[in-house]
Formats: sequence, structure tokens, C-alpha cells
Amino acid sequence: MAGSRSIIRFDWITIVIFLALVFIGWINIYSASLETNTAAFLDFSQAYARQLLFIGLSVLLIIFILAIDAKFYERFSSIIYIVSLVSLLLLFPLGNTISGATSWYAFGGFSLQPSEFAKAATALALAKYVSDLQTNMEEFKHQLRAFLIILLPAIFIVPQPDPGSALVYIALIFPLYREGLHFVYLLLGFFVAALFVATLAFGVIWVSLGVLIIALIFYFKNKKKRSQKILKYSIIAAACIGFSFSVNYIFENVFEQRHRDRFNIVLGKEVDAKGIGYNTNQSEIAIGNGGWFGKGWTQGTQTKGNFVPEQHTDYIFSTVGEEWGFIGSLFVVILFVALIIRIIILSERQKSQFRRVYGYSVASILFIHFFVNIGMVIGLLPTVGIPLPFFSYGGSGLWGFTILLFIFIKLDASNYINS
Amino acid sequence: MRKLLLISIVLITGLVFASRLFYLQIYDTSFQKLSENNAVKTEFIYPQRGYIFDRNGKLLVANQPSYDVMVIPRNVKNLDTLELSELLKIPKEDFTKILEKSWVYSPRLPSVVIPQLTKGEYAYISEKMYKYEGFYIQKRSLRDYQVTNSSNVLGYIAEVNNRTISENPYYQMGDLMGKQGVEKQYEDILRGVKGVKYIQKDRFNRDIGPYKEGIFDTLPQRGKDLTLTIDETLQKYGEELMINKRGGIVAIEPATGEILSLVTAPYYDPGLLVGRERSKNFTKLYYDTIAKPLFDRGLQGEYPPGSPFKALTALIGMQEGVIDTKERITCHGGYKYGRNKLLGCHHHRTPLAMEAGIANSCNAYFCTVYKRIIEKYPSPQEGIDNWKKHLSSFGLGNYLGYDLPIGKRGFIPNSDYYNRSYNYPKYKWYASATISNAIGQGEVLLTPIQMVNFTSAIANRGWYYKPHILKNIVGVDTIPKIFTEKHTTTIDKEFFEPVVEGMFDVYNNGTASHIQIPGIEICGKTGTAENYIRIDGNRFQLTDHSVFVAFAPKDNPKIAIAVFVENGYWGSRWAGRIASLMIEKYIKGEITRTDLENFVLNGSLEEEYAKPYSGIPFTINN
Repeated sequence: MAGSRSIIRFDWITIVIFLALVFIGWINIYSASLETNTAAFLDFSQAYARQLLFIGLSVLLIIFILAIDAKFYERFSSIIYIVSLVSLLLLFPLGNTISGATSWYAFGGFSLQPSEFAKAATALALAKYVSDLQTNMEEFKHQLRAFLIILLPAIFIVPQPDPGSALVYIALIFPLYREGLHFVYLLLGFFVAALFVATLAFGVIWVSLGVLIIALIFYFKNKKKRSQKILKYSIIAAACIGFSFSVNYIFENVFEQRHRDRFNIVLGKEVDAKGIGYNTNQSEIAIGNGGWFGKGWTQGTQTKGNFVPEQHTDYIFSTVGEEWGFIGSLFVVILFVALIIRIIILSERQKSQFRRVYGYSVASILFIHFFVNIGMVIGLLPTVGIPLPFFSYGGSGLWGFTILLFIFIKLDASNYINS
Repeated sequence: MRKLLLISIVLITGLVFASRLFYLQIYDTSFQKLSENNAVKTEFIYPQRGYIFDRNGKLLVANQPSYDVMVIPRNVKNLDTLELSELLKIPKEDFTKILEKSWVYSPRLPSVVIPQLTKGEYAYISEKMYKYEGFYIQKRSLRDYQVTNSSNVLGYIAEVNNRTISENPYYQMGDLMGKQGVEKQYEDILRGVKGVKYIQKDRFNRDIGPYKEGIFDTLPQRGKDLTLTIDETLQKYGEELMINKRGGIVAIEPATGEILSLVTAPYYDPGLLVGRERSKNFTKLYYDTIAKPLFDRGLQGEYPPGSPFKALTALIGMQEGVIDTKERITCHGGYKYGRNKLLGCHHHRTPLAMEAGIANSCNAYFCTVYKRIIEKYPSPQEGIDNWKKHLSSFGLGNYLGYDLPIGKRGFIPNSDYYNRSYNYPKYKWYASATISNAIGQGEVLLTPIQMVNFTSAIANRGWYYKPHILKNIVGVDTIPKIFTEKHTTTIDKEFFEPVVEGMFDVYNNGTASHIQIPGIEICGKTGTAENYIRIDGNRFQLTDHSVFVAFAPKDNPKIAIAVFVENGYWGSRWAGRIASLMIEKYIKGEITRTDLENFVLNGSLEEEYAKPYSGIPFTINN
């Protein structure tokens, strides 16, 4: 009886949006990875065929996740988190290196990327810790512990190196803010992330110059108490520049060349063979080519010509832009916004703090992927290679996001049973 | 607040993304063009240009394959300039210049490096072409001339220039188009329609197949063949007769207005303007400013018509009722006008009536008639304008409207012209001031094709079709309507007969009696036109132009002809003989008077033409 009732209680709006995104994602991967001279439809050397397999397997995964009792996730969250950390650590001796990053375990023809699963594990652990009755987010000690939970996986992921995936963890500051963290941390978090990306993307000199100029502007704008503020501004500016230099130092001296290469790939410097901004340019051209209604499925000239690098993975949205036009891409943006907002609304409805924090974490992680990925593809943000959830090609990514989302759907369903 | 932050950020992000997408996809269209350029290559397939035949179905112009070395500057990589320039057999400096020019034209569109390789060169170069990225060989179809004559009629094709490219989107750099003659006039029909292939490219600029499975591709349409009204045998014969002479021959079929031959001399072999030597040969022809081989004298030469014009004076006189066929007019060795001016005449019987007046080309007769025509009206202004109205109905004084791209208006003065010249009304002018018009000297200028046109109108007794060169487009039933519209002159039919008789007498016992053709009734009129040249600011009179118009046979005429030989002296000396040979050739198909033929074929006026440029004093009309 409980089972049938919980099925009814699943949030079908979320599930429908999820299915829509996966479906639209797949048809675009099909178009982006379609070779003009393919013979068989299900040729598993083709990305679209493999993605179809991944989607099929994720259905099994969903059934499995929904079948498990909701209490399991809360009770075993620490263990899941620890397993996930261990799996990240074990990559260093056991992992496989694919395009410069030691981020994968290889099983026969398959490879799994534990960092994709670590997001869900971290969200669970964070929710568990924050919802502990003894945790008070206004206390510095507890804040520090919460940050540690967030940063540990990130710290393990950076040296793989996979700075993009590590960056995602910054999003988990949103649930902490929701639970009482001071606003300053939020600003600080974004500022650190921005400095980090800017240093790698533009170099330490430009970042220092930028920081100095901004500090000067603020200083001269504030006419009162200049003498007192000068020290404050100097310290902040010095700290920023120091941070930038240390990022640069670590990048240049601690990392090996292969790490740097990987960073450069993620930051779009490596494939930028034809000059600064080639990827973004090509992606903008492809999207611009779409017009109102697009060129139609598999008819995108830029897509067919493989002008956009990594189009079926990180740049999949440019295919949507070219082949489905403004209407199509707007529809996808609306789907994502609707999904994230739906999750936030559901989270607010949760009676248990654990479920609320977890829901917020899911929304935040999905949001930062959506924000960074599409922002990069449409040329608003610097190039940082992270996938578009449910959309981009890749088994681990799809499964990681599916697990993340469906644990929340299961938890949400249990919201009504326990009352 | 804490509940709303993330939601707000998500919504704002969504809005920002939507506006950015709107900007990229709807607002800023520059991205769309850019993308068409790098992802889809347009390849053209050139159709065969239409063939050109003469009126008897003889092939004049066919096609031959030609190969151009092309370059897309953007794709050039690791080029060994010296090696390639040696392969192409051009100096390295020239080669570098060509490459620079092509960059300026466009880095991504093809430009021509070496046009029109021969088959031998092609075989040699094409084997090695793969080594040079960015270069390729484009096959085109060039003209293959089956005859060595008619270059002024056929015209030529050449590469389009930048202006044409910017004005007409059909043409691309390196395309060939008709630049002169029939090739230009009927370019749209002859060229056919280029086929287009859109080819999808990948980011390495490799072809990866047709764009959208080729739904936008088109097949080339072969150009249509043309049949000209030209009789190639007659044309060729005309050109031979004009060797070592300068001038023009225009022959038309009066019943239809079809141009049977259009000769200009000196002429050139149309084959000169094909192939790699084309531009060298063209320069040579273009800069020959003395013989002017590119100047079509039949269409562009404006000459004082001389005595043939008298036929028109007679016709207008009868139409205006100022003379009849019976009235005799006395000639005292010329026509006296003004106080003591005399327009001289040669020796002949006197007085003469109309037919004899024409046959003997009496100046006094026609000046008298002309004066009466003008003075019939209250003022000379009205008289002149009325006179001009009659001449205009013969197609004189304006573009005739034939289907060749070049021409001249000729000149028939009107009252405005004389008012301006004589500063009217301060000074008055009278008919006698314009008296030279009576005999085709004075201000009147006609092109040879205009002369043949009025001759044809006389042959038809009062009407003509516009002369045209297009007999038909193969596969199309109609020719342009303007060539099937009958134009009627302002002269009544009855008045033509006496003039025709007079022109017949020219051959029987008049100025051309020594060049009769046995068995053919020819009507003609000789002419001798004074002319001048300016050298270093000084005006010199040169030997008169030899002019002749004729048609034959007298009834149901088959051919009307105008012959103009520059500095050929009196009318029957050169022009008359040539006209007579042409008529015999056309009507009989063979020449019975071989002495006459040999005389003309071997005759040369080169000495005459060299006179003004020799720098030593010379005599004329000898």
C-alpha cells in the first residue's frame, strides 16, 4: 500500500521536465555526432548510440533509486560520502587518464567518473550535517565543518585535474545561506570563484590590475573616512592579488604539464588553435545561424561541419541554437529554469530540514551547471568545460545527475507518507 | 529573503540568457552570413555556351574546353612561390603580384591565376597541381571559331570585370561573358544558366557531401544556339574584297531587314581573342589607333553620305509637291546660290528631268529641289524640320535599333542646330545656307547601315524592317517583335518608281554603267564624299571617300547594299565595283567578271592611307 501511494506522490512535473530534457538532449547529440557516412543506426562507436544505451541504463537506475526506502539516504549519507571520497582518492593510484585527466575508472569498454557521483554524495552529507539538531550555521565552528564537507571532494578533484567539476561545489554555498549562513560568505564564495577562473583564464597580471582599479574606484567613491578605509582596501586588494598569485603559483609550479594541459582544455585555451575565442566564436556563429526557428533537425551547417569543438558534450547547446532556433533554445532555457525553480519550491515544502537542504543542494548544483555551461556557449562567460545536465553526452554525467535528482524525488515523495 | 535569493538568481539568469539568445539569433544577423560562408561552399557548373550558325546553317562558333588555374588565397599553405611560378611559366614577380591582387579581391573567393591554358599545358600542370594547397584548375568552355571572318559580328567573350560582378550577381570572378557583337547582344541566351552545387564543409575545409542532400542544387542549362542572318560566304567574300582598304560593307535583305553581311575593314581573325595570347592580341588591336580594327565602320563610321542622298532629296521633293518627274532643270556647270557662290557639277547633258538627274547625279538639279522643299514653308526653320521628319522616317539621324551592341546616331540637322550655328534671331539664315544637305555633304552624316537601310526602303518602295542579325534562336520560334514590325516611310509609294528608274539608269547609262552585271537588273547610286583630317591642329583635305549604294534585282529585290571605302575617290572606282561583285556573288553564287574581281582583290589603298602620316606634302584625288 505504501508503495502505490508513494508512486502517486512522485512529483510528476519534475519527472516530465527531466524526461523532456533527456529526450531533447539525445536528439541533439544525435545530430551533433551524426557522421554523414554511417551505415548502422545502432553502431556503438557512435556517440548518439552510446548515449541511448546510457539513457536505457539510467532508467534501471531510477527504478532502483525509487525502490529503496527514503530513510536509507539519510541514514547512510555519511557512508555514501566516505565511499565517494575514497573512490576519488583511489583514482590517483588506479584511475585511467582520458584527455589529460585522471578522472575515470575503466571497466572493460566502460569508464565511470566518480566526480559526477560525488556531487550527490556531498549533497547528502551536507544535508545530513546541517540538519543535525546540534548544528547551528551561525556558529563559526559549524560553518567551518560544513565548508570542509563541501571542499574535501573539490580538493580531491582539482588535482585530477578537473577544475570545472571542482568549481561546481561552490554552488553548495546556496543551501548553507538558506540555512542561516551570513550573506558575506556568499559574496566571498563568488569572489573567490571569479578570481580563480579569471586568474587561469586571463593571467595573474590582468587580474591584479583589475583588482587594483576596482579598489581605487571604491576608495575614491567613498569620500568619508578615507584614512581609515585606505588600510582596509589595501588589505583586501593585497589578499586578492595574493590569492591570484598563489593560484598562479600552484598552477605553474605544483602542477605538472599534463595538469596544465588539462586546465587549458577545460578553459578552452588548448583547442583554441585558431586564436583566442575560436570555440566561443564558432558556437556563437552556430547559434546565430538558427534565427527564429532554426535550420531544422540535423540540418545545421555549422553542426554538420563540426565547426564547434566538443559540440556533443560541453557545447551541445549550440546545436539546439542552430537547429531549433530562438524558439527551441528559449524552450530549453525555460525547461531548465522551470526544473530548478520547481525543485526549490518542493524543497521549501519539505517538513524535514534534511530533505530541504538536499533539495536546495540539487537545485544549486543544477543551476551552476546550467549557468556556467550555457553562459559559456552563448559567449557570456569564459570557457569552463562542465556539462549541461541531462543534455551533454556522457554516461557518468547523465547517471550522476539522474541519481542526484531522483534521490530528491524519492525524498519528496516520502514527505507526504511520514506526515 | 533567504528563500528568494536562489529563485531570483535563477530567474534573472534565465532572462539574461533569453535576451542574449535573442541578440545572437534574431537581432544581429552578421553571425548568419558568417556561418554560410564557412560551412557551405558554393560550386558552379558551367554550361556549354550556345553555338552560332550562319543563315545557311554553317557552324561559325563552337566551344572548346579551357582550363584556368585558380586560387583561393585563404587556403594557400606552405607555398613554394618560385617552384609554382616556374611550373606555370610566368616570372616570379608577376606571380607574386597576381597573388597579392587575389588577396585584395577576396581571401575566400576564387581568383584566376592563369587563364585559358592550352590542352598541352593543362596535361602538364594538372599532374602537379595537387602539391599546391589552395590552387586548383577550373574547367571552362571557350569559343572555338570555325571561321576566320566575321569577328565584328560575332564579337568575343572575356572575363567579367569587377563592375559587372558588383552589378550583376549572376557573375563571379573568372566567369566569361560576351563583350562585343552577338556574344554581348545575346549573352543571356547564349550563356545558358550556371548550375550550382552547395557542398557542406567541415572545419578543416574538407567536403563532406552535398548540403541538405542537394535540394538547393541546380543543374546547368545549356545555352541556346543562335542562327544569324549573316551569309558566311558573302561575309567572307566581302572581307576579302576589302583587304588593304578601309571601310565598311553592309548588305541586307530588303524584304526582311536581315543583315546578310556586315563587313568592316581592316578586320581580324576572331581566333586571336581566344587563349592565353588573348590579352596580348587584344592590346595590339586596341592600340592601333590609325587602322582601328576594333572600330566597326559599318555601324560606327559616320560619314557624309554624298550623292546617294540625292535619291532622298528627290523623294521628299515629290512628296512635298515641289517637283515632278517631267520638269527639267538647267545646270550651268553647277548651282549658283548666294551672291556669286557656285556649287560645282561635272559635265553632263542639260537640262535634265528627274531620272536623268539621278543617273547623272546633277548637283544643280538636287540643290534646286532642296531649296524648293525648304522654301515651301514660311520660314526655313519649318522647312528644315519638315525635311528632317521625312528623313527620320527612313531611320536616319538616330539609332536604328538593330540588335548589335554598338552604333552611332549619324546626324540630320534640324532648325535648332542652324539657329544655334547662325545665332538666330540676331542673324537670319536661309535655305541656301544649308544647300549642301541637298547632295549629302554639309552637316548630314550617316552610318553605312543607315545608308543601306534607306536603300532598302527605296527597294521596297516605301517601307523597311529594322535591320537585324538574329535569324532565330534554335528551339525558340519567335524573334524580338521590333524586327517584325513594318516601318513605313512618309513618302507615298507612287513616288518611288521614278527614283528606282533613275537608280537603274545609273547602271544602264549613268555613273556606274561600266560595272553592270550581265543578267541582273541593278539599281544603284554612286557617291563621292569630301573629307578632312586634323593632324597636329592643321586641317587637311584627304582623298574623297568612295561611296555606293545599290539594290538588286530592280523588282523583288533580294539584296540592298551600302559600300564605303575610305579615301577611295569617286564612287564607282572602289565602292561601286565592290558592291557589284557582292551582288553578283550573292545572287548568282559565282563571279563571271574575274578581271574586275582580281582588280579589286589586288587593289590597295595603303599608300593613300599612309599619306597624311608620311610627314611630306601629298596630293589628293589622284
